[in-house]
Amino acid sequence: MAENNRAVVMLKERFGDCVLDCKEFRGEVTVTVKKQRIVEVLKCLRDDLRYNFLTDVTAVDYLGRDERFMVVYHLYSIPNKDRIRVKAPVCEADCSIDSASGLWNTANWLEREAFDLMGIIFNNHPNLVRILMTDDWVGHPLRKDYPLQGPDREAYKGRLS
Amino acid sequence: MGVDQPLGDNIIATSLDSLVNWARKSSIWPMTFGLACCAIEMMATGAAKHDLDRFGIIFRASPRQADCIIIAGTVTKKMLPVIKTVYEQMPEPKWVIAMGACACSGGIFDTYSVVQGIDEALPVDVYIPGCPPRPEALLFGLMKLQDKISKERNSFGSAIGLGERLEPAA
Repeated sequence: MAENNRAVVMLKERFGDCVLDCKEFRGEVTVTVKKQRIVEVLKCLRDDLRYNFLTDVTAVDYLGRDERFMVVYHLYSIPNKDRIRVKAPVCEADCSIDSASGLWNTANWLEREAFDLMGIIFNNHPNLVRILMTDDWVGHPLRKDYPLQGPDREAYKGRLS
Repeated sequence: MGVDQPLGDNIIATSLDSLVNWARKSSIWPMTFGLACCAIEMMATGAAKHDLDRFGIIFRASPRQADCIIIAGTVTKKMLPVIKTVYEQMPEPKWVIAMGACACSGGIFDTYSVVQGIDEALPVDVYIPGCPPRPEALLFGLMKLQDKISKERNSFGSAIGLGERLEPAA
């Protein structure tokens, strides 16, 4: 169970109400935390629980929910051979979260990708510019409301279009 | 034949255009430029089993030495300026082959990031369908390009600055 996980116990103890949810599915532990303290949570996981490798930073668009985006961090502990997933909800009106690039250099490009394709603003990022799309691109293509075939085409309607 | 051949079999009477066209079509040097999975088939076509060398086709690593570009794969909007630059660096005369569904029409990638056919940007001479086309299809396309080159007119005249090279009507 996720509640017995060492990392979850520690995070709940230290961050209390900021831990919104914790789940275990097929051996994968997922912790959802408030975005305001995301950097502290990640730092705690890195320094005190030895989740020293940031595998991925990405974002999910839950179009229609109050808190539309979910920023997802995948951590791996090289010494303990253990993984944990940390998620933080971000609403559309204030579409920003603090950058983890001060903790891991690899977050630099991963956050640029999330910014490029999802439009999440990472505060205090050293160089938050597009990484995949061209510099003059308008919009964020992986958002659910982005027209699949391009801004100049009507929205995709499956086989009808 | 009504023409005497005082020099025996050593002389061939032909037009200068035919000579130039023959030289050009027998030494098509494509740009080494692969974009996606079609490039793998293109490499297979160049390798021992299918052997493009027997057509005088040798891949060149520099656009300055190439006279043909095979657009082998999906062209993304981000890649398009690069392809245009490479094409512009190639000396005249130059030909373009659109290899595979993606280069012809965008293929299955009807999305925001993919150019819907390289003919939006470059003048394509031969379209090769397939996803990806087999090496035989690429060979057939190259032979179609050879046919096209051999039907060009004023190719000698344009080479010495007299008029334009006239491509055969499609």
